[in-house]
Amino acid sequence: MKPTPFDYSAPGSVAEVLALLADEEREAKVLAGGQSLIPMLSMRLARPGLLVDITRVPCLDRLYVDASGALHVGAAVRQSRAADDPAVHDGWPLLAAAIRRIGHPQIRHRGTVCGSLAHHDPAAELPTAALALDARFVIAGPGGTRTVGAADFFVATFQTAVAPDELLTEVVLPPRAGDGWAFEELARRHGDFATVGVAVTLRRAPDRRTVAAARAVFCGAGPVPVRLPAVEEALTGTDAGAAALDAAASAALAGLTPADDVHATAAYRREAAAHLLVRACTLAWERCS
Amino acid sequence: MTTYLATPDPATATHAAPPPLAEPSGWHEIRLTVNGAPVTAQVESRLLLSDFLRDRLRLTGTHVGCEHGVCGACTVLVDGEPARSCLTLAVQCTGAELRTVEGLAPGDAPLTPVQRAFHECHGMQCGFCTPGFVMTATALTEQPERPDAADVADALSGHLCRCTGYRNIRRAVCQALDERFAGGPAGRGE
Ligand SMILES: Cc1cc2nc3c(=O)[nH]c(=O)nc-3n(C[C@@H](O)[C@H](O)[C@H](O)COP(=O)(O)OP(=O)(O)OC[C@H]3O[C@@H](n4cnc5c(N)ncnc54)[C@H](O)[C@@H]3O)c2cc1C
Ligand code: FES
Ligand code: FES
Repeated sequence: MKPTPFDYSAPGSVAEVLALLADEEREAKVLAGGQSLIPMLSMRLARPGLLVDITRVPCLDRLYVDASGALHVGAAVRQSRAADDPAVHDGWPLLAAAIRRIGHPQIRHRGTVCGSLAHHDPAAELPTAALALDARFVIAGPGGTRTVGAADFFVATFQTAVAPDELLTEVVLPPRAGDGWAFEELARRHGDFATVGVAVTLRRAPDRRTVAAARAVFCGAGPVPVRLPAVEEALTGTDAGAAALDAAASAALAGLTPADDVHATAAYRREAAAHLLVRACTLAWERCS
Repeated sequence: MTTYLATPDPATATHAAPPPLAEPSGWHEIRLTVNGAPVTAQVESRLLLSDFLRDRLRLTGTHVGCEHGVCGACTVLVDGEPARSCLTLAVQCTGAELRTVEGLAPGDAPLTPVQRAFHECHGMQCGFCTPGFVMTATALTEQPERPDAADVADALSGHLCRCTGYRNIRRAVCQALDERFAGGPAGRGE
Protein backbone atom coordinates (compact mmCIF):
# COMPACT_ATOMS: atom_id res chain seq x y z
CA MET A 1 0.00 0.00 0.00
CA LYS A 2 0.98 3.63 -0.39
CA PRO A 3 0.50 6.49 2.06
CA THR A 4 -2.72 8.49 1.87
CA PRO A 5 -2.20 12.03 0.54
CA PHE A 6 -0.71 14.64 2.84
CA ASP A 7 0.99 17.98 2.60
CA TYR A 8 4.64 18.35 3.42
CA SER A 9 6.66 21.24 4.75
CA ALA A 10 10.34 21.55 5.69
CA PRO A 11 10.58 24.75 7.73
CA GLY A 12 13.81 26.42 8.77
CA SER A 13 13.12 27.29 12.41
CA VAL A 14 11.58 25.80 15.54
CA ALA A 15 9.02 28.63 15.62
CA GLU A 16 7.81 27.69 12.15
CA VAL A 17 7.67 24.01 13.12
CA LEU A 18 5.48 24.89 16.12
CA ALA A 19 3.23 27.12 14.01
CA LEU A 20 2.63 24.21 11.61
CA LEU A 21 2.04 21.73 14.45
CA ALA A 22 -0.59 24.12 15.85
CA ASP A 23 -2.68 23.67 12.66
CA GLU A 24 -6.18 22.90 13.88
CA GLU A 25 -7.61 22.06 10.47
CA ARG A 26 -5.61 18.92 9.91
CA GLU A 27 -3.50 16.51 11.91
CA ALA A 28 0.13 17.55 11.61
CA LYS A 29 2.93 15.12 12.41
CA VAL A 30 6.65 15.60 12.92
CA LEU A 31 8.80 13.78 10.34
CA ALA A 32 12.38 13.13 11.48
CA GLY A 33 14.17 10.11 9.96
CA GLY A 34 10.89 8.51 8.90
CA GLN A 35 12.10 5.02 9.79
CA SER A 36 9.03 4.36 11.93
CA LEU A 37 6.65 6.96 10.53
CA ILE A 38 6.92 6.10 6.82
CA PRO A 39 6.11 2.39 7.29
CA MET A 40 3.11 3.50 9.38
CA LEU A 41 2.03 5.80 6.54
CA SER A 42 2.52 3.10 3.92
CA MET A 43 0.50 0.61 5.97
CA ARG A 44 -2.05 3.40 6.50
CA LEU A 45 -1.84 3.03 10.25
CA ALA A 46 -1.32 6.81 10.28
CA ARG A 47 -3.13 9.31 8.04
CA PRO A 48 -1.83 12.76 8.96
CA GLY A 49 -2.83 15.76 6.87
CA LEU A 50 0.59 17.39 7.10
CA LEU A 51 4.13 16.21 7.69
CA VAL A 52 6.54 18.71 9.19
CA ASP A 53 10.08 17.69 8.25
CA ILE A 54 12.32 18.96 11.06
CA THR A 55 15.65 17.86 9.58
CA ARG A 56 16.26 21.20 7.85
CA VAL A 57 16.10 23.30 11.01
CA PRO A 58 19.77 24.23 11.53
CA CYS A 59 19.73 24.46 15.35
CA LEU A 60 18.25 20.95 15.68
CA ASP A 61 21.28 19.44 13.99
CA ARG A 62 23.61 20.08 16.93
CA LEU A 63 25.51 17.38 18.82
CA TYR A 64 27.84 18.83 21.46
CA VAL A 65 29.15 18.66 25.02
CA ASP A 66 28.35 21.79 27.05
CA ALA A 67 30.51 23.52 29.70
CA SER A 68 29.04 21.35 32.49
CA GLY A 69 30.06 18.22 30.59
CA ALA A 70 26.53 17.22 29.51
CA LEU A 71 25.87 15.82 26.03
CA HIS A 72 23.20 17.51 23.90
CA VAL A 73 21.69 15.55 21.03
CA GLY A 74 19.45 17.68 18.79
CA ALA A 75 16.25 16.37 17.23
CA ALA A 76 17.73 16.11 13.73
CA VAL A 77 20.87 14.20 14.78
CA ARG A 78 20.88 10.83 13.10
CA GLN A 79 21.56 7.66 15.02
CA SER A 80 24.74 6.73 13.09
CA ARG A 81 26.20 10.17 13.58
CA ALA A 82 25.69 9.98 17.35
CA ALA A 83 27.02 6.41 17.59
CA ASP A 84 30.16 7.29 15.59
CA ASP A 85 30.90 10.54 17.43
CA PRO A 86 34.16 10.33 19.43
CA ALA A 87 32.70 12.32 22.36
CA VAL A 88 29.76 9.92 22.59
CA HIS A 89 32.04 6.94 22.26
CA ASP A 90 34.23 8.14 25.16
CA GLY A 91 31.64 9.70 27.46
CA TRP A 92 28.37 7.82 26.82
CA PRO A 93 29.37 4.40 25.44
CA LEU A 94 26.03 2.98 26.64
CA LEU A 95 24.25 5.33 24.23
CA ALA A 96 26.45 4.24 21.33
CA ALA A 97 25.93 0.56 22.20
CA ALA A 98 22.15 0.98 22.40
CA ILE A 99 22.09 2.74 19.02
CA ARG A 100 24.11 -0.05 17.38
CA ARG A 101 21.37 -2.48 18.39
CA ILE A 102 18.78 -0.57 16.34
CA GLY A 103 18.02 -2.44 13.15
CA HIS A 104 20.81 -2.12 10.61
CA PRO A 105 23.19 0.61 9.46
CA GLN A 106 20.84 1.37 6.55
CA ILE A 107 18.13 2.29 9.11
CA ARG A 108 20.45 4.13 11.52
CA HIS A 109 21.74 6.37 8.74
CA ARG A 110 18.32 8.01 8.54
CA GLY A 111 16.68 7.38 11.93
CA THR A 112 17.26 10.04 14.59
CA VAL A 113 18.04 9.56 18.29
CA CYS A 114 15.16 11.83 19.32
CA GLY A 115 12.77 10.18 16.83
CA SER A 116 13.23 6.81 18.53
CA LEU A 117 12.67 8.42 21.95
CA ALA A 118 9.58 10.34 20.80
CA HIS A 119 8.19 7.26 19.06
CA HIS A 120 8.66 5.17 22.24
CA ASP A 121 8.22 1.60 21.14
CA PRO A 122 8.32 -0.42 24.39
CA ALA A 123 10.82 -2.84 22.82
CA ALA A 124 13.11 -0.05 21.60
CA GLU A 125 16.59 0.27 23.04
CA LEU A 126 17.00 4.05 23.28
CA PRO A 127 14.22 4.80 25.81
CA THR A 128 15.77 2.26 28.16
CA ALA A 129 19.26 3.67 27.65
CA ALA A 130 17.91 7.20 28.19
CA LEU A 131 16.39 6.25 31.55
CA ALA A 132 19.57 4.45 32.62
CA LEU A 133 21.57 7.55 31.69
CA ASP A 134 19.20 9.92 33.51
CA ALA A 135 18.37 11.86 30.34
CA ARG A 136 16.54 15.17 30.33
CA PHE A 137 14.18 16.00 27.48
CA VAL A 138 13.81 19.54 26.18
CA ILE A 139 10.33 20.09 24.73
CA ALA A 140 9.25 23.21 22.85
CA GLY A 141 5.56 24.05 22.59
CA PRO A 142 3.13 26.92 22.15
CA GLY A 143 3.63 27.94 25.80
CA GLY A 144 7.45 27.97 25.64
CA THR A 145 10.11 25.40 26.42
CA ARG A 146 10.06 22.92 29.29
CA THR A 147 12.40 20.19 30.46
CA VAL A 148 11.16 16.76 31.52
CA GLY A 149 13.16 14.04 33.29
CA ALA A 150 13.35 10.50 31.90
CA ALA A 151 11.14 9.09 34.67
CA ASP A 152 8.26 11.33 33.54
CA PHE A 153 8.92 11.33 29.79
CA PHE A 154 7.75 7.81 28.89
CA VAL A 155 4.01 7.57 29.55
CA ALA A 156 2.74 4.43 27.80
CA THR A 157 3.36 2.40 24.65
CA PHE A 158 3.91 4.91 21.78
CA GLN A 159 3.11 7.73 24.21
CA THR A 160 5.44 10.30 25.79
CA ALA A 161 5.19 13.67 27.54
CA VAL A 162 5.41 15.35 24.11
CA ALA A 163 1.96 16.64 23.10
CA PRO A 164 0.89 16.66 19.42
CA ASP A 165 1.57 20.41 19.15
CA GLU A 166 5.00 20.11 20.78
CA LEU A 167 8.48 19.26 19.54
CA LEU A 168 11.20 17.36 21.35
CA THR A 169 14.10 19.65 20.46
CA GLU A 170 16.94 17.79 22.17
CA VAL A 171 17.87 15.14 24.69
CA VAL A 172 20.52 16.01 27.28
CA LEU A 173 22.65 13.37 28.99
CA PRO A 174 24.55 14.34 32.17
CA PRO A 175 28.24 13.36 32.41
CA ARG A 176 28.85 9.77 33.55
CA ALA A 177 32.29 10.01 35.13
CA GLY A 178 33.76 6.56 35.20
CA ASP A 179 30.52 4.58 35.48
CA GLY A 180 30.67 1.03 34.18
CA TRP A 181 27.91 0.17 31.74
CA ALA A 182 26.38 -2.64 29.73
CA PHE A 183 23.44 -3.15 27.40
CA GLU A 184 22.40 -6.77 27.00
CA GLU A 185 19.41 -7.98 25.04
CA LEU A 186 17.73 -11.05 23.74
CA ALA A 187 16.45 -10.66 20.17
CA ARG A 188 15.37 -13.33 17.70
CA ARG A 189 17.94 -12.06 15.24
CA HIS A 190 20.64 -9.44 15.44
CA GLY A 191 18.99 -6.15 14.47
CA ASP A 192 15.52 -7.07 15.67
CA PHE A 193 13.74 -5.27 18.46
CA ALA A 194 14.55 -6.69 21.90
CA THR A 195 12.34 -9.50 23.18
CA VAL A 196 13.73 -8.35 26.50
CA GLY A 197 16.84 -6.35 27.36
CA VAL A 198 18.58 -4.50 30.16
CA ALA A 199 20.79 -1.45 30.55
CA VAL A 200 23.02 -1.34 33.65
CA THR A 201 25.32 1.34 35.04
CA LEU A 202 27.53 0.77 38.09
CA ARG A 203 29.78 3.18 39.98
CA ARG A 204 32.64 2.00 42.18
CA ALA A 205 33.07 3.47 45.66
CA PRO A 206 36.39 5.30 46.35
CA ASP A 207 37.78 2.05 47.87
CA ARG A 208 37.08 0.51 44.43
CA ARG A 209 35.80 -2.66 46.04
CA THR A 210 32.13 -1.89 46.50
CA VAL A 211 29.24 -0.63 44.39
CA ALA A 212 28.49 3.00 45.25
CA ALA A 213 25.55 3.38 42.90
CA ALA A 214 23.66 1.15 40.48
CA ARG A 215 21.00 1.54 37.83
CA ALA A 216 19.13 -1.23 36.07
CA VAL A 217 16.46 -0.52 33.44
CA PHE A 218 14.68 -3.15 31.37
CA CYS A 219 13.13 -2.95 27.89
CA GLY A 220 10.53 -5.30 26.46
CA ALA A 221 9.25 -5.77 30.03
CA GLY A 222 6.30 -3.39 30.08
CA PRO A 223 4.71 -0.41 28.33
CA VAL A 224 7.54 1.89 29.46
CA PRO A 225 11.21 1.25 30.33
CA VAL A 226 11.17 -0.50 33.72
CA ARG A 227 13.59 0.70 36.41
CA LEU A 228 13.76 -1.64 39.40
CA PRO A 229 14.92 0.00 42.66
CA ALA A 230 14.97 -3.42 44.38
CA VAL A 231 17.62 -4.62 41.92
CA GLU A 232 19.65 -1.47 42.46
CA GLU A 233 19.44 -1.86 46.26
CA ALA A 234 20.50 -5.49 46.00
CA LEU A 235 23.69 -4.33 44.26
CA THR A 236 24.54 -1.12 46.14
CA GLY A 237 27.14 -1.55 48.87
CA THR A 238 28.08 -5.06 47.73
CA ASP A 239 31.25 -6.31 46.05
CA ALA A 240 29.24 -7.22 42.92
CA GLY A 241 30.17 -10.84 43.60
CA ALA A 242 28.13 -13.98 43.05
CA ALA A 243 25.89 -13.51 46.10
CA ALA A 244 25.04 -9.92 45.12
CA LEU A 245 24.31 -10.91 41.51
CA ASP A 246 22.08 -13.71 42.75
CA ALA A 247 20.14 -11.32 44.93
CA ALA A 248 19.82 -8.85 42.05
CA ALA A 249 18.54 -11.60 39.74
CA SER A 250 15.97 -12.67 42.33
CA ALA A 251 14.84 -9.09 42.71
CA ALA A 252 14.41 -8.88 38.94
CA LEU A 253 12.40 -12.11 38.85
CA ALA A 254 10.18 -10.81 41.63
CA GLY A 255 9.83 -7.27 40.31
CA LEU A 256 9.23 -7.71 36.58
CA THR A 257 5.68 -8.12 35.28
CA PRO A 258 6.10 -8.40 31.50
CA ALA A 259 3.26 -9.42 29.20
CA ASP A 260 2.82 -12.55 27.10
CA ASP A 261 2.92 -11.99 23.37
CA VAL A 262 3.72 -13.83 20.16
CA HIS A 263 7.46 -13.43 20.74
CA ALA A 264 7.66 -14.84 24.27
CA THR A 265 5.67 -15.74 27.37
CA ALA A 266 5.90 -13.56 30.47
CA ALA A 267 7.69 -16.33 32.38
CA TYR A 268 10.30 -16.71 29.64
CA ARG A 269 10.87 -12.96 29.51
CA ARG A 270 11.33 -12.76 33.29
CA GLU A 271 13.77 -15.65 33.31
CA ALA A 272 15.74 -14.23 30.39
CA ALA A 273 15.79 -10.78 31.98
CA ALA A 274 17.35 -12.16 35.16
CA HIS A 275 20.10 -13.89 33.16
CA LEU A 276 20.75 -10.80 31.06
CA LEU A 277 20.96 -8.72 34.24
CA VAL A 278 23.70 -10.92 35.71
CA ARG A 279 25.67 -10.76 32.48
CA ALA A 280 25.22 -7.00 32.23
CA CYS A 281 26.28 -6.40 35.86
CA THR A 282 29.42 -8.50 35.39
CA LEU A 283 30.36 -6.54 32.28
CA ALA A 284 29.50 -3.17 33.81
CA TRP A 285 31.62 -3.92 36.89
CA GLU A 286 34.62 -4.77 34.72
CA ARG A 287 34.11 -1.57 32.74
CA CYS A 288 34.14 0.76 35.80
CA SER A 289 37.14 3.05 35.72
CA MET B 1 16.28 3.94 -19.52
CA THR B 2 19.99 4.57 -19.24
CA THR B 3 19.76 7.16 -21.97
CA TYR B 4 17.92 9.27 -19.47
CA LEU B 5 20.98 9.45 -17.30
CA ALA B 6 23.54 9.21 -20.05
CA THR B 7 22.29 12.61 -21.21
CA PRO B 8 22.24 14.67 -18.05
CA ASP B 9 20.18 17.39 -19.64
CA PRO B 10 18.13 19.24 -17.03
CA ALA B 11 15.60 20.13 -19.72
CA THR B 12 14.74 16.51 -20.50
CA ALA B 13 15.08 15.57 -16.86
CA THR B 14 12.33 17.96 -15.83
CA HIS B 15 8.91 16.48 -15.38
CA ALA B 16 6.87 19.61 -15.90
CA ALA B 17 3.44 18.01 -15.93
CA PRO B 18 2.78 15.66 -13.04
CA PRO B 19 0.44 12.76 -13.74
CA PRO B 20 -3.18 13.27 -12.72
CA LEU B 21 -4.13 12.31 -9.20
CA ALA B 22 -7.19 10.74 -7.66
CA GLU B 23 -7.00 12.95 -4.59
CA PRO B 24 -5.58 16.40 -3.86
CA SER B 25 -2.23 16.54 -2.18
CA GLY B 26 0.85 18.66 -1.81
CA TRP B 27 3.14 18.99 -4.79
CA HIS B 28 6.74 20.11 -4.67
CA GLU B 29 9.51 20.84 -7.07
CA ILE B 30 12.59 18.90 -6.04
CA ARG B 31 16.14 19.27 -7.28
CA LEU B 32 18.65 16.59 -6.62
CA THR B 33 21.48 14.66 -8.24
CA VAL B 34 20.89 11.10 -9.40
CA ASN B 35 23.94 9.14 -10.50
CA GLY B 36 25.79 12.36 -11.16
CA ALA B 37 23.07 13.97 -13.27
CA PRO B 38 21.00 16.90 -12.04
CA VAL B 39 17.29 16.12 -11.82
CA THR B 40 14.40 18.50 -11.33
CA ALA B 41 10.96 17.04 -10.85
CA GLN B 42 7.51 17.80 -9.58
CA VAL B 43 6.56 15.24 -6.96
CA GLU B 44 3.63 14.62 -4.71
CA SER B 45 4.45 14.72 -0.96
CA ARG B 46 3.57 11.08 -0.49
CA LEU B 47 5.71 9.71 -3.34
CA LEU B 48 8.24 7.25 -1.97
CA LEU B 49 11.81 7.58 -3.21
CA SER B 50 11.68 3.97 -4.44
CA ASP B 51 8.67 4.79 -6.64
CA PHE B 52 10.24 8.04 -7.80
CA LEU B 53 13.34 6.17 -8.96
CA ARG B 54 11.48 3.29 -10.58
CA ASP B 55 8.36 4.85 -12.02
CA ARG B 56 9.40 8.41 -12.74
CA LEU B 57 13.09 8.07 -13.58
CA ARG B 58 12.66 4.53 -14.96
CA LEU B 59 15.62 3.38 -12.86
CA THR B 60 14.13 -0.03 -12.23
CA GLY B 61 17.35 -1.54 -10.91
CA THR B 62 16.25 -0.44 -7.45
CA HIS B 63 13.95 -3.27 -6.41
CA VAL B 64 10.97 -3.13 -4.08
CA GLY B 65 10.20 -6.14 -1.91
CA CYS B 66 8.59 -5.54 1.45
CA GLU B 67 8.09 -1.78 1.31
CA HIS B 68 8.50 -1.40 5.04
CA GLY B 69 12.22 -1.37 5.54
CA VAL B 70 12.90 -5.03 6.27
CA CYS B 71 14.21 -6.66 3.08
CA GLY B 72 16.81 -4.16 1.85
CA ALA B 73 16.12 -4.67 -1.87
CA CYS B 74 15.42 -0.94 -2.30
CA THR B 75 18.68 0.25 -0.71
CA VAL B 76 20.36 3.15 -2.52
CA LEU B 77 23.11 5.55 -1.50
CA VAL B 78 21.84 8.89 -0.18
CA ASP B 79 24.77 11.29 0.18
CA GLY B 80 27.08 8.30 0.16
CA GLU B 81 25.30 6.28 2.83
CA PRO B 82 23.11 3.25 2.20
CA ALA B 83 19.47 3.95 3.06
CA ARG B 84 16.05 2.45 2.37
CA SER B 85 14.40 4.19 -0.57
CA CYS B 86 11.04 2.74 0.54
CA LEU B 87 11.37 4.52 3.90
CA THR B 88 12.25 7.86 2.35
CA LEU B 89 9.96 10.32 0.61
CA ALA B 90 11.21 11.71 -2.69
CA VAL B 91 10.49 15.21 -1.40
CA GLN B 92 12.92 14.67 1.50
CA CYS B 93 15.73 14.26 -1.02
CA THR B 94 15.86 17.84 -2.23
CA GLY B 95 19.53 18.73 -2.48
CA ALA B 96 20.65 15.14 -1.93
CA GLU B 97 23.07 13.14 -4.02
CA LEU B 98 21.63 9.75 -4.87
CA ARG B 99 23.34 6.75 -6.37
CA THR B 100 21.53 3.70 -7.66
CA VAL B 101 22.83 0.46 -9.12
CA GLU B 102 22.52 1.96 -12.63
CA GLY B 103 25.11 4.57 -11.72
CA LEU B 104 27.88 2.09 -10.93
CA ALA B 105 28.87 1.10 -14.45
CA PRO B 106 26.79 3.17 -16.86
CA GLY B 107 26.74 2.29 -20.56
CA ASP B 108 29.84 0.37 -21.61
CA ALA B 109 31.89 1.25 -18.51
CA PRO B 110 33.64 -1.73 -16.91
CA LEU B 111 31.96 -3.27 -13.88
CA THR B 112 33.02 -1.90 -10.50
CA PRO B 113 35.10 -4.18 -8.24
CA VAL B 114 31.95 -4.93 -6.22
CA GLN B 115 29.93 -5.85 -9.29
CA ARG B 116 32.79 -7.92 -10.67
CA ALA B 117 33.14 -9.74 -7.34
CA PHE B 118 29.41 -10.58 -7.29
CA HIS B 119 29.81 -11.92 -10.82
CA GLU B 120 32.96 -13.93 -10.12
CA CYS B 121 31.84 -15.34 -6.76
CA HIS B 122 28.35 -16.01 -8.05
CA GLY B 123 26.91 -13.79 -5.35
CA MET B 124 23.40 -14.08 -6.71
CA GLN B 125 20.80 -16.59 -7.77
CA CYS B 126 17.59 -14.95 -8.95
CA GLY B 127 19.18 -11.51 -8.53
CA PHE B 128 16.22 -9.83 -6.89
CA CYS B 129 18.12 -8.81 -3.76
CA THR B 130 21.34 -8.07 -5.63
CA PRO B 131 21.05 -4.32 -6.29
CA GLY B 132 20.53 -3.63 -2.60
CA PHE B 133 23.45 -5.82 -1.54
CA VAL B 134 25.66 -4.24 -4.22
CA MET B 135 24.88 -0.72 -3.02
CA THR B 136 25.58 -1.55 0.62
CA ALA B 137 28.81 -3.33 -0.40
CA THR B 138 29.79 -0.34 -2.52
CA ALA B 139 29.46 1.93 0.52
CA LEU B 140 31.63 -0.49 2.53
CA THR B 141 34.41 -0.31 -0.06
CA GLU B 142 34.23 3.49 -0.02
CA GLN B 143 34.96 3.84 3.68
CA PRO B 144 38.35 5.34 4.55
CA GLU B 145 39.41 2.23 6.48
CA ARG B 146 38.66 -1.41 5.95
CA PRO B 147 35.48 -2.32 7.86
CA ASP B 148 36.02 -5.26 10.24
CA ALA B 149 34.16 -8.56 10.01
CA ALA B 150 31.54 -7.42 12.53
CA ASP B 151 30.83 -4.27 10.51
CA VAL B 152 30.46 -6.32 7.34
CA ALA B 153 28.08 -8.74 9.07
CA ASP B 154 26.10 -5.82 10.49
CA ALA B 155 25.77 -4.16 7.09
CA LEU B 156 24.80 -7.40 5.32
CA SER B 157 22.24 -8.20 8.03
CA GLY B 158 20.24 -5.30 6.60
CA HIS B 159 19.44 -7.38 3.51
CA LEU B 160 17.39 -10.50 2.94
CA CYS B 161 18.10 -12.95 0.14
CA ARG B 162 15.22 -15.30 -0.46
CA CYS B 163 17.43 -17.59 -2.51
CA THR B 164 19.73 -17.79 0.53
CA GLY B 165 22.85 -17.01 -1.43
CA TYR B 166 24.51 -15.55 1.63
CA ARG B 167 27.76 -17.54 1.55
CA ASN B 168 28.61 -16.37 -1.92
CA ILE B 169 27.40 -12.87 -1.28
CA ARG B 170 29.69 -12.64 1.72
CA ARG B 171 32.55 -14.07 -0.35
CA ALA B 172 31.93 -11.45 -3.03
CA VAL B 173 31.95 -8.63 -0.51
CA CYS B 174 35.18 -9.93 1.05
CA GLN B 175 36.81 -10.16 -2.37
CA ALA B 176 35.84 -6.57 -3.16
CA LEU B 177 37.16 -5.41 0.21
CA ASP B 178 40.42 -7.34 -0.30
CA GLU B 179 40.85 -5.72 -3.65
CA ARG B 180 40.17 -2.27 -2.26
CA PHE B 181 42.13 -2.45 1.01
CA ALA B 182 44.73 -5.21 0.74
CA GLY B 183 46.63 -3.83 -2.23
CA GLY B 184 44.99 -6.14 -4.74
CA PRO B 185 44.46 -5.08 -8.36
CA ALA B 186 43.12 -1.55 -8.43
CA GLY B 187 39.53 -1.30 -9.51
CA ARG B 188 37.85 1.19 -11.73
CA GLY B 189 38.05 4.75 -10.50
CA GLU B 190 40.50 4.03 -7.71
C1 LIG C 1 13.86 -2.73 9.58
C2 LIG C 1 13.77 -1.89 10.82
C3 LIG C 1 14.29 -2.36 12.00
C4 LIG C 1 14.23 -1.59 13.16
N1 LIG C 1 14.76 -2.11 14.30
C5 LIG C 1 14.71 -1.38 15.43
C6 LIG C 1 15.30 -1.88 16.63
O1 LIG C 1 15.86 -2.98 16.68
N2 LIG C 1 15.22 -1.09 17.73
C7 LIG C 1 14.60 0.14 17.72
O2 LIG C 1 14.58 0.79 18.76
N3 LIG C 1 14.05 0.64 16.61
C8 LIG C 1 14.07 -0.09 15.47
N4 LIG C 1 13.50 0.43 14.33
C9 LIG C 1 12.80 1.78 14.39
C10 LIG C 1 13.83 2.90 14.43
O3 LIG C 1 14.73 2.67 13.44
C11 LIG C 1 13.35 4.32 14.10
O4 LIG C 1 14.43 5.00 13.60
C12 LIG C 1 12.96 5.15 15.24
O5 LIG C 1 12.02 4.47 16.03
C13 LIG C 1 12.33 6.46 14.76
O6 LIG C 1 13.26 7.48 14.49
P1 LIG C 1 13.03 8.43 13.21
O7 LIG C 1 13.95 9.58 13.33
O8 LIG C 1 13.12 7.63 11.97
O9 LIG C 1 11.55 8.97 13.49
P2 LIG C 1 10.27 9.08 12.54
O10 LIG C 1 9.94 7.76 11.94
O11 LIG C 1 10.43 10.24 11.65
O12 LIG C 1 9.19 9.45 13.67
C14 LIG C 1 8.71 8.47 14.57
C15 LIG C 1 7.59 9.10 15.44
O13 LIG C 1 8.12 10.05 16.36
C16 LIG C 1 7.62 11.36 16.10
N5 LIG C 1 8.77 12.26 16.24
C17 LIG C 1 9.99 12.11 15.64
N6 LIG C 1 10.83 13.07 16.05
C18 LIG C 1 10.14 13.85 16.91
C19 LIG C 1 10.48 15.01 17.68
N7 LIG C 1 11.72 15.54 17.64
N8 LIG C 1 9.52 15.58 18.46
C20 LIG C 1 8.28 15.04 18.51
N9 LIG C 1 7.90 13.94 17.83
C21 LIG C 1 8.83 13.34 17.03
C22 LIG C 1 7.01 11.30 14.72
O14 LIG C 1 5.95 12.22 14.56
C23 LIG C 1 6.55 9.87 14.64
O15 LIG C 1 5.30 9.73 15.28
C24 LIG C 1 13.58 -0.32 13.14
C25 LIG C 1 13.06 0.18 11.95
C26 LIG C 1 13.14 -0.60 10.79
C27 LIG C 1 12.56 -0.05 9.55
S1 FES D 1 11.45 -2.67 -0.22
FE1 FES D 1 12.55 -1.27 1.00
S2 FES D 1 13.40 -2.54 2.48
FE2 FES D 1 12.09 -3.91 1.44
S1 FES E 1 19.45 -13.96 -5.21
FE1 FES E 1 17.32 -14.33 -5.16
S2 FES E 1 16.70 -13.12 -3.50
FE2 FES E 1 18.82 -13.06 -3.36
